[in-house]
Amino acid sequence: MGVGETVVKRAALSLITLWLLSALVFAAGQLLPGDVARAILGPLADPRAVAHLDRELGLDRSLPVQYWDWIVHFASGDMGRSYAYRAPVAPFVLAALWHSLKLGTVAFVLVVPLSIAGGVFAALHAGRPVDRIINLIGLSATVLPEFVTGIVLIMVFGIWLRILPITANWPPGAALTTQIRYLLLPSFPLVLVLFGYLARMARAGTVEALAADYTRTAVLKGLGPHAVLWRHVLRNALLPTITVTATQLGYLMGGLVVVETLFRYPGIGGLIYAAARDRDFPMLEGGVLTVGLIYILAGLIADIAHALLDPRLRLGEAE
Amino acid sequence: MNSSWRKLARSGSFMSGLLIVAFWTLCALAGPRVVPYDPFEDDILNALAAPSLMHWFGTDQLGRDVLSRVIVGARDILLVAPLATALGIALGVILGLVTGYFRGIVDEVIGRLIDALLALPLVIIALLALTAIGPSRLTVIVVIGIVFAPLVARTVRAAVLSERNLDYVAAARLRNEHAAYILFVEILPNVMPPIIVEASVRLGYAIFTVATLSFIGFGIQPPSPDWGLAVAESYGLINGGFWWPVLFNTLAVASLVIGVNLAADGIQAAVNA
Repeated sequence: MGVGETVVKRAALSLITLWLLSALVFAAGQLLPGDVARAILGPLADPRAVAHLDRELGLDRSLPVQYWDWIVHFASGDMGRSYAYRAPVAPFVLAALWHSLKLGTVAFVLVVPLSIAGGVFAALHAGRPVDRIINLIGLSATVLPEFVTGIVLIMVFGIWLRILPITANWPPGAALTTQIRYLLLPSFPLVLVLFGYLARMARAGTVEALAADYTRTAVLKGLGPHAVLWRHVLRNALLPTITVTATQLGYLMGGLVVVETLFRYPGIGGLIYAAARDRDFPMLEGGVLTVGLIYILAGLIADIAHALLDPRLRLGEAE
Repeated sequence: MNSSWRKLARSGSFMSGLLIVAFWTLCALAGPRVVPYDPFEDDILNALAAPSLMHWFGTDQLGRDVLSRVIVGARDILLVAPLATALGIALGVILGLVTGYFRGIVDEVIGRLIDALLALPLVIIALLALTAIGPSRLTVIVVIGIVFAPLVARTVRAAVLSERNLDYVAAARLRNEHAAYILFVEILPNVMPPIIVEASVRLGYAIFTVATLSFIGFGIQPPSPDWGLAVAESYGLINGGFWWPVLFNTLAVASLVIGVNLAADGIQAAVNA
């Protein structure tokens, strides 16, 4: 199977996954108890007004029709109207995504080199105390909930040492470097959760590549240790790490809900949290489906990157 | 099996994890009888008192004794998280046995559904479901259990795939045994080790998720002294210097999560060795 075929097959599977996900999100909306129009207008509203609003919102139609209408609009960028703000959902989601992108970028820029370096370093010292220490740090960092690490970090860096701001909201018009400074503390809990996982992947990949035949061949033909490491070991070891990085994007989004709530940051996680709290279902559906869409796209891109980088897949040998 | 037990007993990470979990389980069971103060009794005049000999962990914003609340706070999370895990394991084992044994179209459909579910982080699925049906201990258990089911099913399915073509299964089939008998009496005992590992890892995730949901207000509800809830109620105070209600509850969550994961790590090592 060639790269083209792999990509087409993966894209088709992604579409099916996306469709199922949208049905799931829509179904959750249908579980909401009570009448939406009644909820908007209040218990004292005239029944005729309720019926009118139901018609206006399209809620008097059959469920498949409503679902089809919702998904077609969503595909064209119209995510419906927020109950809480009485305004279209899409601009809120876009603005929130932009904020989360900044926070996520800071986290990824910190965690990717850090965890790859940590993982490779541990692999090169496999079995020694430093390997075990890196493993232990990674393990504990990954399993702790973000609000736990977030609060400990706030206490240490924000309140005790007073070197970092404890909210993520920079003063309006702040320069990029100031923005990054405000985003450091909120990004740390995300970095901690991701570090253990990515470092473990990088370590496993490196250990495997170090033991592989091609590495021995490279050493035996007289290549220097640096050339072996960069040209043979890392290229093979880091492939799985790339794929895992993309799948971690989904967990990152879950972490954002907590971190953005804790640091009162107006990103997509904060938006989903606020929409859930206010029972603003169109906003919640828009935010959740956007998160799912990003995750599925990231997985697809990672698979394509993997197919392009992996010589076995590129040459059409595998599978 | 015997050698696995011995390996577990000698595993440092399993024993230390077990010790931590046992400590909190004891607190959850005996809590109300051993606490120095009533964890629900307000004492507004004595609110936010710093740690002292009277109140080792200080008092919270309503003057309730933090030490007593931390001890009793183990109850809800140690009820909800294991029940959610048990539900997820039960559903997942059935799903995994059926899809792994029968394969075919059911397997394909369920595989796609699992992928769709996995496209969302657990916390977001839980938020979606809890907004739709309202938060309570029961709904948290059901939501986490249902999300865990496909994850468990995937592990069980993989294990079943390597068992289904073995001779003992073929023999049972030749004896004309009922499919349910083959699944639950013949195959299930042979795929127990990965299920046990999965259960211990899932329990760690369940505690992570319940604590997180409680922290954002969609899990265990007030006036429970639950740790995540207590952190949510008091973390706004740390900027004013009142660190004790937050710190002790945070450390309680951290120790329980690490304890469960240490134990899970030990179990995994003993089973895989």
